[in-house]
Order: sequence, then structure tokens, then C-alpha cells
Amino acid sequence: MTKKKVKKPLTPEQKINRRTFLSFGLFGAAAVGGVFGWKWLYNSPDEVTATTGGTRVPLRRALNKTEIAVRRLFYSEKHLVKTYPKSMAAKNVRQNSDVGVESPIDLAAWKLQVTKGNGEKLLIGIEDIKALPKTEIVFDFKCVEGWDQIQYWGGLSFVDFIKHFNLDTETKMDYVGLETPDKLYYVGLDMDSALHPQTLLAYEMNDKPVPLNHGAPLRLIIPVKYGVKNLKRIGSISFSNQRPRDYWAELGYDYFLGL
Amino acid sequence: MKEIKEKHSLAMRWCHWVNFPMLTIMIWSGMLIYWADDEYKIKLFGHTYFVFFPEWFYKFFHITHRLQEGMAFHFLFMWFFILNGIFYVAYTLISGEWRELVPQKKSFKEAWLVLLHDLHIRKMAPPQKKYNAAQRIAYTAIIIMGIGSVITGLAIYKPVQFYYLTWLCGGYHFARILHFVLTLGYVFFFVIHVVQVFLAGWKNFSSVITGFEVVGNKPKPIIEKANDEEKS
Repeated sequence: MTKKKVKKPLTPEQKINRRTFLSFGLFGAAAVGGVFGWKWLYNSPDEVTATTGGTRVPLRRALNKTEIAVRRLFYSEKHLVKTYPKSMAAKNVRQNSDVGVESPIDLAAWKLQVTKGNGEKLLIGIEDIKALPKTEIVFDFKCVEGWDQIQYWGGLSFVDFIKHFNLDTETKMDYVGLETPDKLYYVGLDMDSALHPQTLLAYEMNDKPVPLNHGAPLRLIIPVKYGVKNLKRIGSISFSNQRPRDYWAELGYDYFLGL
Repeated sequence: MKEIKEKHSLAMRWCHWVNFPMLTIMIWSGMLIYWADDEYKIKLFGHTYFVFFPEWFYKFFHITHRLQEGMAFHFLFMWFFILNGIFYVAYTLISGEWRELVPQKKSFKEAWLVLLHDLHIRKMAPPQKKYNAAQRIAYTAIIIMGIGSVITGLAIYKPVQFYYLTWLCGGYHFARILHFVLTLGYVFFFVIHVVQVFLAGWKNFSSVITGFEVVGNKPKPIIEKANDEEKS
């Protein structure tokens, strides 16, 4: 006969100790893993500033995925920004930043420069834009900081602008880039958002010409984006399949900042 | 004889301990965002009682000038927070554990008695199953608050694409206020929760890690019997 090893059933005491040890062991290991994972993420280096900058590499990588996925899943040009009666529009329109509108400007000499896909350049005067049908919008302007204000703007809708100046070929590209005349402020927009029916090239604020500090003579109003994308004093518009440079994306913000 | 009495399922423990760091990250990154437009205060009859937040608070927690960082963390970790929450709600529903958690008709009356008992005003606590009446209310309320945070959060995250949520929350401006107030609610919950955990003692705490409590803890007889009749 061979010796049989009989495994004694565990006493309740042993069971308790065993499970306690295992649970606390696993819990401790997970906690330590969590702390190290967080430290890795928190201390990971910032991306090298190109189109975007100022954000930890893994965070930017993940966010590029999630933000684009959300846009693919939920963005529709049929989703319109809520509009309000004119009487609700703010009289003192808030203005946050002067970047790009501080350089001296000769309003009479101002022309909008549009670079077409083939490199051809259009120069458009403000009167040409004002001659086209005007679109007005009263909507809740939203700043990335968190504040919002109901504002009243008027101008040429971007879609009308595209149609009138025969830029349909350009809209096949992925992005629109806008810059101030001094090139100190610049934004990049995905084509879908630029072609949203409520996107305006605004020349009026509260039924009067846009004042200098709000971006005279022509500024962008794009209600499907945070305020930072609503570039003041447009100098040039161009089209591209690569992401155009964007002032705040270089400083750590999401490239799209879509609402 | 000591015995194992199962208390918290693995899924419950998982959700609890995943939620804790997620919510911490959400509150912290939310603070980084809030700082950029910190306009909320408690005002009554023209007198300001408290401003969210005082300067020392921001300095102490290094909150200033980190909006873009806050947004990056907030908009990534919210997905984990949401997934964990969905998993928890689905689990409680499917497993039937919601029966232990959702307040009953009598819970609202009983919760007062629990409160009075906990404050040592009343001697007897009402009889309970796994959770007492106050716990049922608290643990259900926190889930509703979580859902509220997700809805108000999405309403201010994409107010155009999720316009119906923004409408549901009374508009963009009000949704942001709700989102903030809910966060205050979590902090309040956390304080009470931790105090209660301390008062409930180690046995209770460890059961949220091991899943069981030890019951029937009677001391063993020390005297050995002369005849070696084995007793199990």
C-alpha cells in the first residue's frame, strides 16, 4: 500500500485567514499599481509642441481618440445651437483676449485674403461681404473658462460665403485655418464645424458694426465651438488636409474644442 | 465557533474601490476647471457668506492656472467613472442586490430613528437587513447624484450635440451650477461616510475588502478534556 496524502479540510479559522490574506494582498497590490499608474501618467512628459502642445503625451493620445469618437458618434450639422430673442442679448458684450487685435490696423485698407486649394489668392473687401445676404444669430456664447453670455451677432454665414466665392472644391478638404492680419492669433477648424449652418463671418454686433476690440471689421462666430475658436479680426482664410496651427491647441487645449 | 458570513460581493467591492480614485480625480480636475471661472458664492439678502473658493484653498491644493490640464484629465477620466457607474447599476439590478439598497416606504421614517440612534439620542435602532434605512437612502441618493453628475456634465461638455440634456438641466448656465452643487454633495457624503466607517470599526471596514465578516466569535474552551475525544 502506498501512503495517501489526505488533505485535511481547512478549518474555518484557516479559511478566514486565507481569504483575508488573499483579499488584502490583492487589494494592496491593486492600490500600489494604481498609485504607480497615476504617477506614470502624471509625470509623463509633455508632447513636443507642433500642432498641439502642452499636454502629457499619453493624455493627448487618449483624448485625440475619445474626442474624435464623440464627434463621429454625436456630431450632426442638424444639431443647432439654441437661439434667443434679441431682447435677451447682453448689452455689455464680454471680451477676454486682445491677442491678434492689438496691432494697428487701417480698416479702409483691410481685405480678407482667401487662399484656394490651388494656391490662388482672393482678396475680398468688407463691402463685398456686406453686400451679400445677412444672417443674424442670438445665442449663448460659451467660454472655455466656464462663463457664458447671450450675444447678438450678424454677418455672412460661412456656407453662403463658400457658395458665393466658389469655394466648394475647398470644402472637400478636412480643415479651415484662420489667422489675424498680424498672424499672432490663429485657429484651426474641422470642416464640418466650419460648414455648420450657424457659423458666421460676423461684421455686426448688437446691430452695429463690430467694435475694434471685438474684432473689427470681420470676425468669426462659430457657436459649435468654445469662444477661443471665435477668432477676432480675420486676416486670412485657408484650407488644408492637415490640421492648421491653432493658438490654444499649442498651449495644451484640445484641438477641436467642439460643443 | 468562527464562521465566514458573506457580506459584500466582489462586484460591489470592485465598483466601490474603482469609484473612489475615479471620483477623486474627477473632483480634483473639476476644481482645476472651476478655478478659471470661480463665480459661485453663498449669498443671502445681499450678504455674501462664503465664496467658492478662498485664495488660500487654491494655493494649498495648487489649483490655479491649470484649466487645460483639468480639462484633459476630466474629459478622459469621466469615461472610466461613467463605465464603472453603469457596471455597478447593471450589477445591482441583475443580481437583485438593489432590493437591499433601495429605500422602502418605511425607510424615510426609520432613517430619523437611525439618525437619532447614531447621535446617541435614542437607544434602540430599528431592525434592519444588510443596510439600515439611512444607508438605503444615502446609497441610493449617491447613485442618483452620480447619474445627475453625468447628465449635467454631458450637458456642459457638448451642449449643442446633447442639447436635449442641456434643456433637461435648465440650460447651460444652470447645468454648470447643478454640476458644481452635486460635487459639494459628494464631499458632504464623503465626510459622513468616513466618519461612519471609523465608528463602525475595523471589522466592518475589512469586509469591504475581503467581502465577508466573521460571525459567532465565541471564545474556545481553554481546558482540554482528559479523554481525547475530538471535537470539531
